[in-house]
Amino acid sequence: MDNRTEMHRRERRRYVIGYGGSLLLTLLMFGVAYQYGIETVGVYLTIGLLGLAQLIVQLVYFLHIDRRRSSREDLDLILFSTLVLLIIILGTIWILGNLSIRMHMDMM
Amino acid sequence: MKRAPTHSYPGINLGRRHASADKAAEVVTFGFWVFLMSDLVYFGLMFAIYITMIDAQAGGPGPHELFDLKSVFAQTLILLTSSLTVGLAMLALKYNLPRSRIVLWFGVTLLLGLSFLALEIRDFMAMAEKGGIPQRSGFLSAFFGLVPLHGLHVAAGCLWLIVLGIQLRVMGMTDLVISRVVRLALFWHFLDLIWIGIITIVYFGGLTYG
Repeated sequence: MDNRTEMHRRERRRYVIGYGGSLLLTLLMFGVAYQYGIETVGVYLTIGLLGLAQLIVQLVYFLHIDRRRSSREDLDLILFSTLVLLIIILGTIWILGNLSIRMHMDMM
Repeated sequence: MKRAPTHSYPGINLGRRHASADKAAEVVTFGFWVFLMSDLVYFGLMFAIYITMIDAQAGGPGPHELFDLKSVFAQTLILLTSSLTVGLAMLALKYNLPRSRIVLWFGVTLLLGLSFLALEIRDFMAMAEKGGIPQRSGFLSAFFGLVPLHGLHVAAGCLWLIVLGIQLRVMGMTDLVISRVVRLALFWHFLDLIWIGIITIVYFGGLTYG
């Protein structure tokens, strides 16, 4: 019984750490935007990296995806989906960007 | 010897206390995870369209006139907190805490989900008042194809929460109901992940490049 409450506490702490980390990254993200204005590429890169960090924090602490052996299959699935996603997104941006340059539709 | 706390599927695992539900949940949860990933690909396409449409404003209102970052900030905090409460509800279920505790955390999650939706709908109406309607420009079409799609997912999650609440009451803690709760928690965490993409790409990206 004692062992169980100990386990419960440990798992709850995981969620609270994930929440605290995500909260901190969110505050940083909006703080950077508020402080420096959202105009330059440098600011946007910082925001993008903070967003990526928060994705990883939530994947690890909320969804329990890590490199442990037992969750390897799920990790494979996520990595494969990410590959498909990157091909779709980068391909779309590349092709449509190229199209708009050739059509002189001054966008992108 | 296998290590004691094993993880056989994504998200929180129910453990030995709910051994039979755990076993039942393993396959369906992996299947649900496959669904989530294909949903992710769909969202990814909408993101790609949005990125290519950022400049296609056709003289209509752009991100600077339309986006309300304070409201977006509030929505982010609400959704993040609901991701925590859904986790706490799962822990209450896993460790057999009193039923009232489980209902409490799911209730809080539902309330947070509904307030997120209320804020989002208010934002859309404010945008429409400034002329930001989907048919105005390619940029707005892409925006309204993506962000309300996420809102629709949240609304489906809220409906699912209500249905599961009724099932918990009527059917009790059967293996079937428990494994559905596991999938709902996964779905809810996934929606928060998508939202991070939306604030980073749609809102901040729109304000930077729009």
